[in-house]
Amino acid sequence: MEPLTWTGALGTILNPVFTFAVLGLILSVAGYVLLNTFENAQTAFGVTANRASGPNSEYVLKFIFPIAAFTILLCAVYLLTGILAPYGTAGIIGELGVRLLPVWIALVVTFYLSITYKRKLGLYGKLFDSPIGMIGFAIVMFWVFTAVFVAMDLIITHDPLGQVSGMKNKVPGTPLRGAEDGDYAHYLLGGDNLARDVFSRVVKGSQVVLVIAPAATLFAFMVGITLGLPAGYFGGKLDTIISFVANLVLAFPVILLFFLLVTPEIRAAGIPIPGTEYIWKVPTIMASILFLFPLVFLVVLFDSRYFTQPAKRNLYVGLTVLIGGYIYLGMAWNADPLGIISIDDGVLIVFVAVVFVNSPTVFRIVRGLVLDIKTRDYVAAGQTRGEGPWYIMLWEILPNARGPLIVDFCLRIGYTTILLGTLGFFGLGLSSESPDWGTTINSGRRLLSVFPHPAIVPALALMSLVLGLNLLADGLREESLKD
Amino acid sequence: MGMFILRRVGVMLLTAFCLTFIVFFMTNLYPNLEKLAKTQGNFRMSDEAVVSYLTREGYMAPLPVKYGRWLGVLPNHVSTDEDGKTTGKCIREGVNTPETAPSYCGVIQGEWGYSSVFKDDAGSIISKRLGLTGWLALLAFAVMIPLALIIGVLAGMREGSRMDRSLSTFSIASSATPEYVSGVIFIAVFASSAFGLKWFKGSATSAMDDFTWANITLPVATIALYGVGYVARMTRASMAEVMTAQYIRTARLKGVSFGNIVVKHALRNALIAPFTVIMLQFPYLLTGVVITETLFNYKGFGWMLVQAASNNDIDLLLGGSVVAVVVVLLTQLISDIGYVFLNPRIRIS
Repeated sequence: MEPLTWTGALGTILNPVFTFAVLGLILSVAGYVLLNTFENAQTAFGVTANRASGPNSEYVLKFIFPIAAFTILLCAVYLLTGILAPYGTAGIIGELGVRLLPVWIALVVTFYLSITYKRKLGLYGKLFDSPIGMIGFAIVMFWVFTAVFVAMDLIITHDPLGQVSGMKNKVPGTPLRGAEDGDYAHYLLGGDNLARDVFSRVVKGSQVVLVIAPAATLFAFMVGITLGLPAGYFGGKLDTIISFVANLVLAFPVILLFFLLVTPEIRAAGIPIPGTEYIWKVPTIMASILFLFPLVFLVVLFDSRYFTQPAKRNLYVGLTVLIGGYIYLGMAWNADPLGIISIDDGVLIVFVAVVFVNSPTVFRIVRGLVLDIKTRDYVAAGQTRGEGPWYIMLWEILPNARGPLIVDFCLRIGYTTILLGTLGFFGLGLSSESPDWGTTINSGRRLLSVFPHPAIVPALALMSLVLGLNLLADGLREESLKD
Repeated sequence: MGMFILRRVGVMLLTAFCLTFIVFFMTNLYPNLEKLAKTQGNFRMSDEAVVSYLTREGYMAPLPVKYGRWLGVLPNHVSTDEDGKTTGKCIREGVNTPETAPSYCGVIQGEWGYSSVFKDDAGSIISKRLGLTGWLALLAFAVMIPLALIIGVLAGMREGSRMDRSLSTFSIASSATPEYVSGVIFIAVFASSAFGLKWFKGSATSAMDDFTWANITLPVATIALYGVGYVARMTRASMAEVMTAQYIRTARLKGVSFGNIVVKHALRNALIAPFTVIMLQFPYLLTGVVITETLFNYKGFGWMLVQAASNNDIDLLLGGSVVAVVVVLLTQLISDIGYVFLNPRIRIS
């Protein structure tokens, strides 16, 4: 097999055009920004320029959109030829496009459906009125779909842990040595320092990140809400104590906490339970406390609402205790009676550490929101009706605080992704061959100045996901403020 | 005001006390001590040897006692080895003898202990490494703050304009790029042979003795980039809010030029909120510094923390966390007090 170039045979014709278009785009954008700043400065300092035909920047702006459209069209040509033409014609970019074909289809379907029915979809539909939010949503969904399809064994080209001799640190597009029929013929994005396929590892890594980050954020929100609601609503001593503890955690430098908490030694340490062989290990101690909060939250949520209808209340609370307790036993204690749910110790401590670091910030946000909302008339009305404090907190205040909380949730998933990457970067927690992005960056950085591709690919992946989440949060914030 | 500061200092001391106790607790968990014993002695120590080593060195004492010793409120542990030689924290050969050495020897007496990794006095290591990191952080701040303020003010002065949109997108992008991503990309693009641009050096080790353009630019840019976005967004929000205020409208209606409004009327009020954010960036800088120093091999405070943590160097870790906690709490205090001075409408009772 021939090694693949980035753009393949098509590149000989299209590459010069593409370079030209990109250069034009960069120049016109730079020109626009400079001119615009200059003009703003002129108006700002009272210099009235002689303008017969409006600002010059507007003139430049007219060029930007066609050039940008043309560049995007060229990208689409690369992708389409990759899909239509025989293997290898459109180079690495084309073949990547082919591998990710299910993702493109899913994205197009999602966007088509969402835009068609956007008026019926509430806040989610409103997102499609904001270009920034749409771009963010597209990037996030790209990774979500990638993770889903990788789980269905679609996108991946090689075994993410499999090492092929002779492929160590090979540049992108190197043909697989000793490929047999049925093997994918190239390492599309090259090989890493252990001769594993970089592309497969990155898409596989999206799974690890997209499972741990949102789940950890959700748990942090449960903890923060369960503590923040009473602290803000009741105030007094309770508030002082919880706030002090929260500030204590916040004053702890994150990185030091990780280094102390996420080490193999801590995982082994624990309190021996007298009279038994069992050692209550540190990850289990923390998990058993932190994971209790979602259970408490849900039980109180249903109980405060339905306590006047015992039949319904018993059903909901019973179901929560049964299902939640089952998951709780499996996740925190690794004691699932059926043995289905269990978390590896290394993953558990990472998860717990991330929840622990995030929840004080959520607590502060919730507390601040409650302090603001509890002065509203509808809260006073609820109190006058004789509603209990938990009903007011969970069913009157919480739903009215949802806007800022949803926005913060998106931002926080991004922040959690960064934290997970930081843990991976220092080689803490997850095993060193785990394909998650932080760990991959860590293993790639040693030879960075000679072979940059094994570290750059996961770095760009992580950056794009966080960027997508931030843009999505920005779009959501803008749209929810319009209400 | 005096009462306020006094109370804050009280809370600060309590927090520092709690946090160092937590660090103390975690570094003194038995598996950590076992690791310490093995790195100090040899890796093939038997379990009994580990216990006897730890007992001799005083690590097996109850936790509160050990903590009291470290603080300097309890008499220090003195051990005698097989040859009958007496050793202890403040017993130094040539300076004093076991008889004349002070029996209380802790943080209160100014003794930060002995680093088991660097084989040196922990206090002097910390001050030396802090100095190195101070320069790096200073440079990063000198780049980051002006840039962030300019971006924020330009974006916020006309909310919703194209300039606002493009600058806001830039700040979102920069706050989505953690140090280990931007650092990796910077090294790959500007310092690797793969791209061919060898403008800067991928290692900042030589910058510890002497800054040059080539060796310090990339670390400084790496730290600054992540912070710029956040401060710029805060500045933008504050600026945009001020620009909708009544007095700005009055000034416009009086016929004051836009530039005068921005510079003379809006700017001062708009910079109050970012002041807090900037002060609170200092502790945040610590994480960035740890990552950047590890990536660029700049042996400052962050690098030292990593070394101390991965070798369970108890005294150095405790000293480092005291420094970190003091930085966090002090910046919080300064930001609160500074806020009152900048904004006379706020009163602290």
